[in-house]
Order: sequence, then C-alpha cells, then structure tokens
Amino acid sequence: MAREKLVVVGNGMAGCRAVQEVLKREPDRYDITIFGAEPRVNYDRIMLSPVLAGEKSFDDIVINDAGWYRRHGITFHSGVAVTEIDRDARVVRGAGGVEAPYDRVILAMGSDPIRLPLPGVDLAGVVTFRDLDDVEAMIAAAKPGARAVVIGGGLLGIEAAYGLARRGMAATVVHLMDVLMERQLDASASFLLARALVDRGVETVLGANSQEILGENGRVSGLLLKDGRTLPCDILVMAVGIRPNAALARAAGLEVNRGVVVDDAMRTSDPLILAVGECAEHRGQCYGLVAPIWEMCQAVGDTLTDRDGAYRGSALSTRLKVSGVDVFSAGKFGGGEGCEDIVFRDAARGVYKRVVIEDGKVAGAVLFGEAADGAWYFDLMRKGEDVTDIRETLIFGQTITEGLRGLDPNAAVAAMPDEAEICGCNGVSKGTISAAILEKGLASLDAVRGATKASASCGSCTLLVEKLLSLNLGAGFQAETGPKPVCKCTHHGHAHVRSQILAESLKSIPAVMQALAWTTPDGCSSCRPALNYYLLCAWPGDYRDDAQSRFVNERVHANIQKDGTYSVVPRMWGGLTSAAELRAIADVVDKFAIPTVKCTGGQRIDLLGVKKEDLPAVWRDLNAAGMVSGHAYGKALRTVKTCVGTDWCRFGTQDSTGLGVKIEKALWGSWTPAKVKLGVSGCPRNCAEATCKDIGVICVDSGYEIHIGGAAGLHIKGTEVLGKVATEAETLEIIAAITQLYREEGWYLERIWKWMERVGLERIRAAIMDDPEGRAALYRRFLHAQSFSQIDPWAERAADSGPNDFTPMAVLPAPVPAE
Amino acid sequence: MNACAPTIDYDWRDVGDVNDIPRRGARRVTSARGDIAIFRTGDDKVFALMDRCPHKAGPLSQGIVHGHAVACPLHNWTIDLATGEPTGADAGKGCAPTVPVRIEDGRVLLAHGPDGHGG
Repeated sequence: MAREKLVVVGNGMAGCRAVQEVLKREPDRYDITIFGAEPRVNYDRIMLSPVLAGEKSFDDIVINDAGWYRRHGITFHSGVAVTEIDRDARVVRGAGGVEAPYDRVILAMGSDPIRLPLPGVDLAGVVTFRDLDDVEAMIAAAKPGARAVVIGGGLLGIEAAYGLARRGMAATVVHLMDVLMERQLDASASFLLARALVDRGVETVLGANSQEILGENGRVSGLLLKDGRTLPCDILVMAVGIRPNAALARAAGLEVNRGVVVDDAMRTSDPLILAVGECAEHRGQCYGLVAPIWEMCQAVGDTLTDRDGAYRGSALSTRLKVSGVDVFSAGKFGGGEGCEDIVFRDAARGVYKRVVIEDGKVAGAVLFGEAADGAWYFDLMRKGEDVTDIRETLIFGQTITEGLRGLDPNAAVAAMPDEAEICGCNGVSKGTISAAILEKGLASLDAVRGATKASASCGSCTLLVEKLLSLNLGAGFQAETGPKPVCKCTHHGHAHVRSQILAESLKSIPAVMQALAWTTPDGCSSCRPALNYYLLCAWPGDYRDDAQSRFVNERVHANIQKDGTYSVVPRMWGGLTSAAELRAIADVVDKFAIPTVKCTGGQRIDLLGVKKEDLPAVWRDLNAAGMVSGHAYGKALRTVKTCVGTDWCRFGTQDSTGLGVKIEKALWGSWTPAKVKLGVSGCPRNCAEATCKDIGVICVDSGYEIHIGGAAGLHIKGTEVLGKVATEAETLEIIAAITQLYREEGWYLERIWKWMERVGLERIRAAIMDDPEGRAALYRRFLHAQSFSQIDPWAERAADSGPNDFTPMAVLPAPVPAE
Repeated sequence: MNACAPTIDYDWRDVGDVNDIPRRGARRVTSARGDIAIFRTGDDKVFALMDRCPHKAGPLSQGIVHGHAVACPLHNWTIDLATGEPTGADAGKGCAPTVPVRIEDGRVLLAHGPDGHGG
C-alpha cells in the first residue's frame, strides 16, 4: 500500500517536534515533506538568547541535523517559503515552483515579531529578535562600548538586552509598562529584576512611550521618547511581541482568528489540515512558550495516527534565561478574588517569593532570587493538590515542607532540623537560636536578636523565632508588642521604616516593601501614602512622586466633598487679597455656577461644589488672575493667618502681615507629615489666634516670640513657647528649620503637637534654639527640598491635556430599548 | 459572585485604551445609569463597578487602589473590586454593582445595554 503523504509547513520547533511525535507512533505510515523558509536545519529557537550572549554556539542548539531528515526519508525543502495551499487539488506550493501533493498537512508557521510602526523603523540597525539572522545582525553590531536600545521589557526583550550587554554593549530596555515582564511578574519581582539587570549592565526605563527612531546616514542613531528624552544607540532591537503567522491559512480559506483556529485534536476547519505551535489558536488562546507547544505536538501525533488524544490547553510557567537571575512565574501569580497570598522576602539576598492560594490549592507563584522550588509549586498547581495542611511551611519550599507534612504549626517548627536556616538575612539556624535561648536564658525577641542577630534585619522570620521561644520556654514566653506597626501590611513602626529608607538608600515604594518584608504585594491605603511621603522627604528631587499612592485630594489638588464634588481654595498670601482677585473669583463662581462661596478659618475663600471635570478650567481662570493653589487639601503648608500689625493697628508692634506673607512664600508647596497651619499676631492681644496653631508667632516690642504645638480641632491645646528672637530673618529661619525637623521626624498623619508630645519640647528646643549649626543645616535642607516643590500644581495640571483624572474616559449613550 | 467571565453575549463597548488607566488607579465612564468606575490593579487586572460606595455613595473611582480592592475616598471603606462588596469590618453591608468588563488587544470593553449595567 502506498504511504500517505504528510506535508509540514514550517521547519521550526513545533513542525519538527510534531513529525517526531508521528514517527514515534507509526514510523512507516507517512511520506513526509517539510518546507522551511529559513535555510537551516531544525534548531532550538528558545536557546537563541544564550547564543546571543555568547554562552552557546549555533551547533549547540541544533535539535535535528541533516542526518535526521535522511534517516527518516524526509524531503526537506530548505529555504523554500510556501506560497499557497491548494485545498481543491490537495497540493502545497512553494517558491520557485516547488509542489508537494498531500493527504494531510501540518501547519507550523510560527509567528512573526511585531514591528512597531514608528518613524524610522526601516533604518539600518533596527532589528527584531526572532531567528538566527537577527542574532547575527546583533552580534555584528555588538562592538564593546557600543550602545543598544531594546524596546520591550518582556521575557524576550530582557534576554536580548542581557545578551547584548554580555557582548560588551551598554544596553537599555525601554518598556511601556511600569513593571518588567508584567505578564509574568508582579511589581516587587520586577523591581528586583531591574536591580539585578543593572548589575549586569542593563538599564531599564519604565513607563516609557517610544515616539521616533532617529537616524544618521540611513543608520539608527537613537530613540526619541514621548517625554522628550533621547536614548542614543548603535542598534535598536524591537521585542514588543509576536503575531501568529496565519496569512497562508487565511488565504487558503481556513478559519483564522488571531491564529489558525484548531480543535482539541489540533484540526483546523479543514480536518485534513492540522495546525500546531505559535500559529495555532486553541480555545481562544495563542501560546508563545515551548511547554504548551510540546503538549500540542503530542495531540498532533495522536490525531495523525488515529489515536484518541486531545490537547486541552496548558497551564503556563516561565523561567528567564539570564545567568545568575533566578526567576520563575506560573499561573495566577497576581492573585485575585478569593485568593490568598503567602509572601516571603529576604532583603539581604534579594529573594522574593509569592505563592497564591485559592480554595486551599496553589493557584500560582512568582519567585525571584531563589526559584528552585518553582517546579514543585507548578506541580502542586497542576495536580490541584490540597495544601491546607502544609500552608505554614509552604513558602520555605519542598525540602522543609515535605518533612513536616501532617504536623501542626508548632510541631512543624519543633520538627525542623537544627541546621534549618531560620533567618535568611543573617544566616542563623534553628539550632543556634535554640541553644542561645537555653544557654543564655534569653526570654524575649529582642534578647534573641541581640544574641544571635536572628530576626534583626528584615524581620520576616519573627514569627518563627517567637515560636522557638515559646517551644523552649513554654508558658514563660509572652510575645511582646513592639512599636505600633504602620499598618497591617508590616510589623515595622514608622520610625524604623523612616530610618531604613535612609540607612539603606531605599528610593521607591517597591524597594521599601522588599527591604522591610511587606506582607502584601502593593500595600494598602494606609501605608502607601505614608511611604510616598517618607520617600519624597528623604530624596528631594530624586524620588518620583507616585500619584496613585496619594489620597484623592492631593491627586486632584482640591478637596472632595460628600457628594463627590470638590472645593477649591486659592492661596491668599497672609490672608491678603485685592479687587482684581475678588473680581476673578466672582467671575469663576458665575461661569461655573459654583453653588457656595465661604470664608475659611484660615482667612481664605472657599469655592464649594465644583464638578471634577470643571477643575482644570477653574484653575486656569484663577491662574490667569495670578492666584495659585492654596493647598487646602493637602498634608502640607495650609495657611498663615495674620492680623494687620503696624500697618494699621494702633497696638501693633511689628509688621505681622508682612511677616506672615514672607513665611507663607517661604513655606508654600512643602509636603509635611500632616497639615501645617500658622498664625502671626502683631501684639499679645493675638487677633490672629497664633497660640492654637501648629506654629505661631507673637510679635512684641523687642522682637518675635515663636510658639509651637497648638491644636484647635479634635484636640484643643495652647502652644508652648519655643523661644524669642530679635529679627524677622531669624524668625523665618527658625520656622523653616522647625518645619524641616518635623518633616524628617514626624510620623505620617501625626500633627506637630503630637510629634512634640512624643519627642518632647526640650528635644526640639535643643535642636532648633541651642544648636545654631544644626539649625542652619536643617534650614539648608528645607531650602533644597523647596527648590523642587514650589511648583503650582494647578498651573501644571491645567496645562496638561493628556489622558487625565478629570474627564471621563468615555460617555456611553443610553441603549436603544428593544422592540 | 462574578468570578467567572460572563457567558451572556453582551453588547461590548470600547471605552478606551487600557493604558489610559494608571496602574493602581481608576477612570470614570459616564452612562445613563450613572458613572462606572474602571479600575486597573498593580498586577494589571481590570475591574468595573458602579461608581457608588454602598456606604454613602462616595465615588470609588477616586479611591486608592491596593491589591484587588479600593479604599473609598469618603470614609475609607474597603471594597473588593471583583465582587463590589465591602470587606473587613464592613462586610455584608451592601455592594457596588459590578459591570462586566474585558480587555481585548489593549482596549477596554465594557458591557452595555439591557444585560450589562452600563446602559
């Protein structure tokens, strides 16, 4: 009987693997013909990254050499692209008049890299990262000292950049998203990856929109970003994604969606034609990873040999091929509804692990820095095994967990071997801790920290150390309560967080969360605004403010009201205004039909009931009349209330109005732990009510009395006198220095009076009044910070016309009712 | 519960690019039945709820997004984005109705019309 004819379109990993699966089952059933557009034998495309990095050669990655085709009697049309599948004549036609009649066809055309339609995309030196030709083009350009830009911070883009860096180039990855490999990693893992890449010569630019590829003499010379930055480069690699290569199938009249649509038997809409690999679309899903492709090939083998086999979709896991960077990701790594996160961070070793549990089973995992247990988690996930009984130790990995299965948490800790490492930061084993507890009679967490350093760094093993204390001491151990944690996401208090930000040069929210072992992936509405403020205060000019970590009022520069409208308060320096300003305010009130206009306690005018979409226009009009944001919404300098002083008042002793204006001009724009309100009174009659403000000044004949720590809200408290000085200049410096000290020491949402209660008036007096050098240094730091913060947010917002908070994203019309 | 993707054939409306919603942020879509809040979480999931907190009708789109939850800007109730229900101490006190939403090729598609809540 004549053999059936099997024609394979595509000589890549999927096509050849499918052939192997057929040969494995029935080696003599088919006469096989393979078309390959690339003039090479079958090689492992996945391993192109190590070839680029110089860690492997092409020969190392060949899967099937010429002998394989010969041994199996395969006709191989190398370098011949297929041009047509004629389903009526049952013939596959290739370039140059090659024809192959068929009984069955396997489509394995793979995918094409996406080329962004940017101006300059056709310049020499702009390449994609798909086949050996691309790799060779990159290697040719990779002279030491040359610069490479890679667009795309996905798996492939990062591997390309790493490979180029290994070849001696300075590589930069430009990514549209804020998270590298966002389909595989969460923000924490992405942060660690970016850090590890820097050590390997790869810079990353996140949240970057590419605008144009620049060229000189027909060759790429740089990439222009939408924000105006230019990244010079000698080679530009586009690694922004792949598109299933389905044109041939579409032309042949097969059903094509994103890819060639196949059923569970891998048959296309024509049952004689199968599709496999990246060109196929199965149950709405296209795959770009190798593991699912191998599973598809098994189903192809079964179908073509009349066996019952079916592909039912794949669970995915990913590993990054960058030497020394251990990354693993699988499943619902980002969690979701009904999911629970178990997070482990070891700041010292740069380890981050997150295992997601759903209905008592592992639903996903992302591991960074220590990914050996990835396969185990993936296995638990695919088997859908119940892990409730090993939840306590799951995050420590397979070795520890398997040994302890079936024990309660205390017993599990008791059963851990003595050499098990409890504290990853300081390398302290269980045996060392237990011995110290018993031999030195330690009875508290702090004592253990002091004696062994266990739990003294990131603190993520605190619970384990406490369990060891209670195991060794029984009822004698009482878990202590340390400083009140910032929120439920951490066990660290504000003071520790602030000091670690400085001590470890932590410069982003993910960096803090990693170093201090936050137990949630991206914090909560309590800790994020606090961290944002602490970072802003610690690294003026350096830290990029995170709008999404600010309360709405500070994001939209207005005060949200009970009905979702906003109130707008223009700044009136020292409470002074003018006819022109009042006229502009009146015009705005009319124009935008603002329902309520009211005087505030801080001598300002409050416009209430402004619709959110009107805010930018309201600001524009107020800006045009010379007014700026009054920050009446922020944890910031609010107002300096004044009386009329020597200008008009017959009792005035100094120019209190003028001083108030000067103070407000010096302090406006500064962000503080909580709101800051000031008052300046021109005599002890105190008409500006300065003695219930956060900071107050009472003018007297001989100078200025400086007051601090008043409150007139939920708590009522008169100020304390900090000291007295003779000149306006000293007063200004002292007030700025107090503000800076409070900015640096205050806990988020802690008003000045509470901070003073905590640290003591004497401590503040010593730092400000008794230490002229310290005070001058505080003053300098304040001025430095102010040089970055005195920007009117209204003008900034009103000028920005891009996608924003203020306009709705879309307006849906009312649906037409059904007949 | 809205854990599963809806199987009804909604009339899906393209309301914009997913990148117009900041990570850990939200945008509004106005509709005849009231504003709809579309959230994008830190791990790039997208959810949609009617933009009214079950407590005092605060605009949830203006809250701080953390994990798969949002803190209402008025009184800090924490609302689960997938169910629209308050969590923690306020669990069981009403809900913000969910609106089916999905992402296709980077576009945000919102269910619209009699079957969805969007109309």
